[in-house]
Amino acid sequence: MADGGEAAQNNAANEQSPLVRFEAVTKRFGSVAAIESFSLDIAHGEFFALLGPSGCGKTTLLRMLAGFETPTEGRILLDREDIDAVQPHRRPVNMMFQNYALFPHLTVERNIGFGLRQENATRAEISERVTEMLALVRLQGFGRRRIDQLSGGQRQRVALARSLIKRPRVLLLDEPLAALDKKLRAETQFELMELQRRLGTTFVIVTHDQEEAMIVADRIAVMNHGRLMQVATPSEIYERPNSRWVADFIGEVTIVEGRISASGAMDSALGQLRVAGTSGAKSGGTVWLALRPEKIGMSGERPAGELNKVPGTISEIGYRGDISIYKVRLADRSLMKVALANVGVRGNARFKAGDLVWLSWPPDVGVVLDS
Amino acid sequence: MRTQANRRNWGARLVVLVPYLWLFVFFLVPFVIVLKISLSQTALALPPYMPVFDFAAGWAGLMEFTAQLSADSFRLLSSDAIYLLSYLKSLQIAAISTILLLAIGYPIAYGMARAPRSWQPPLVMAVVLPFWTSFLIRIYAWINILQRDGLLNDVLTRLHAIDAPAAWLSSDTAIYIGILYSYLPFMVLPLYAALEKMDETLLEAAADLGCPRWKTFWLVTLPLSLPGVAAGTLLCFIPIVGEFVIPDLLGGSETMMIGQTLWTEFFSNRDWPVASAIAVSLLGLLLVPILFYERLQQRSLEGSR
Repeated sequence: MADGGEAAQNNAANEQSPLVRFEAVTKRFGSVAAIESFSLDIAHGEFFALLGPSGCGKTTLLRMLAGFETPTEGRILLDREDIDAVQPHRRPVNMMFQNYALFPHLTVERNIGFGLRQENATRAEISERVTEMLALVRLQGFGRRRIDQLSGGQRQRVALARSLIKRPRVLLLDEPLAALDKKLRAETQFELMELQRRLGTTFVIVTHDQEEAMIVADRIAVMNHGRLMQVATPSEIYERPNSRWVADFIGEVTIVEGRISASGAMDSALGQLRVAGTSGAKSGGTVWLALRPEKIGMSGERPAGELNKVPGTISEIGYRGDISIYKVRLADRSLMKVALANVGVRGNARFKAGDLVWLSWPPDVGVVLDS
Repeated sequence: MRTQANRRNWGARLVVLVPYLWLFVFFLVPFVIVLKISLSQTALALPPYMPVFDFAAGWAGLMEFTAQLSADSFRLLSSDAIYLLSYLKSLQIAAISTILLLAIGYPIAYGMARAPRSWQPPLVMAVVLPFWTSFLIRIYAWINILQRDGLLNDVLTRLHAIDAPAAWLSSDTAIYIGILYSYLPFMVLPLYAALEKMDETLLEAAADLGCPRWKTFWLVTLPLSLPGVAAGTLLCFIPIVGEFVIPDLLGGSETMMIGQTLWTEFFSNRDWPVASAIAVSLLGLLLVPILFYERLQQRSLEGSR
């Protein structure tokens, strides 16, 4: 390493370039490709999520970053340096494992201090940093406990502290909250965000839970079958998905098939629908309109105004407390999902299964997709 | 309601009682008999010792019987060096072979536990396979291999490793070979069981935290396999101390393990009291490692709670 001043300068320069870069990475297990020509940049200080259904290759990607797998083709750069030849125990990244992988024969303290002890840190230094880490994850007083004396949530925090003690350039989190119950998971998501903001460390989280990815991450890479489907901020991915697959994977959606007519409207089985953002779509080709359930209005009478209006019959109602999901059967026998907030006490009592209703939405809330 | 609960209680107690009953009938009673014989005197009679407990004589008989018991056999054990040397020889052979078994068994068990999942059942099978032949036949086979015109000398001379056939049989080397061969499965299996259930992501976690592979073995793998090491060590050490067949068939006449001494006292000298005293002392000796293991088990049980 160069002297401190130069290192600081390098760091300043590095702020511009991505911290992690996947360059056309392909990973094959035998003849099966887990990752196919995958390219992605992750910036300094980002909370980045790799999201996809199980078996999409997101964990393989994380393991390649940690050094447990090597790419078959392509390269992975960390701070503009190819890390292919760097062994796992020499990489400046740390990982929080899905099942935590805490050492059962060591106490909480020794688990957390394990990484520092490998660096031949002094006893005083280790104990100071361990105390600091215990405070960071609010486990003061638990240092002498055995791992099997901890609850699931406490173990999760020990694992987090253990992976942060070496101040890694990148913290890798493999489904870190999957083992927690729903309530604890929701709390921990916000704790993770707060922690990441405080430390400024780059976090890369792997999850199959799209809600979790949306809540914690600055940016999300949506993956399927080892390919990158879309990289964007959570709101962009939700509001402007680039394909039917992404639209369907993230949240609830109703997809209407049709063609763009010469006038720029969309001809579909539901009639002519007014849409926005069709400039890219070729007229005449098949396109799909993706509609989020909460953006569709529902009323007993035909609404007035510049809206797309479609009549239908309520087929099923799913009551969720905060909102109710209505499945409405349309003229072409297809179902459209509508979500209404149960604002008043009898908010959901207004509509009953079998009611004739009108669904309506402004032209700009739907997304026209050509793939 | 209460009687029903009581009945269930009795049922539960009866179930618990069964193993105690088993231990009482097949362990404690025989042990008391052996202990009693060890406190008797030899006699030219059937059985070849006295006093013989006479139920018909009643209380007076019992008093007379107790008065005739003596610790003479135990006094003989401590006064004659042949017995002490025999014990020491047995402990020495057991300790050295257990260490060798550990050194040979650990890499084998480690390799088995890290082998692909589908290979493991056949590998375990291979370790257990020798049990399919009688133990005695396998030891006789070793006599064949180790004798002067046997397989080992044949192979070694052909390889020009030795010039003239060596005398392998009737030596301590032969005893060690026989013991290592016979007891290896008892060392490998508990080690394999301990290593196999170890979570492999722990090794990745250690590597991720900056620990090189060789160090991970000392810091993670070995400590987590210690219960297997303890089980394998005791499973080998205890029966090796009392081993009779292997030293008798493969060993030389100058080496007397305690099992052989016992056999000689019992069958050649027909001195049942001394033979029993040897057995009782051996049990006392082996109780030390057994109690140590018990405590280890207890601690790990408390730990996992």
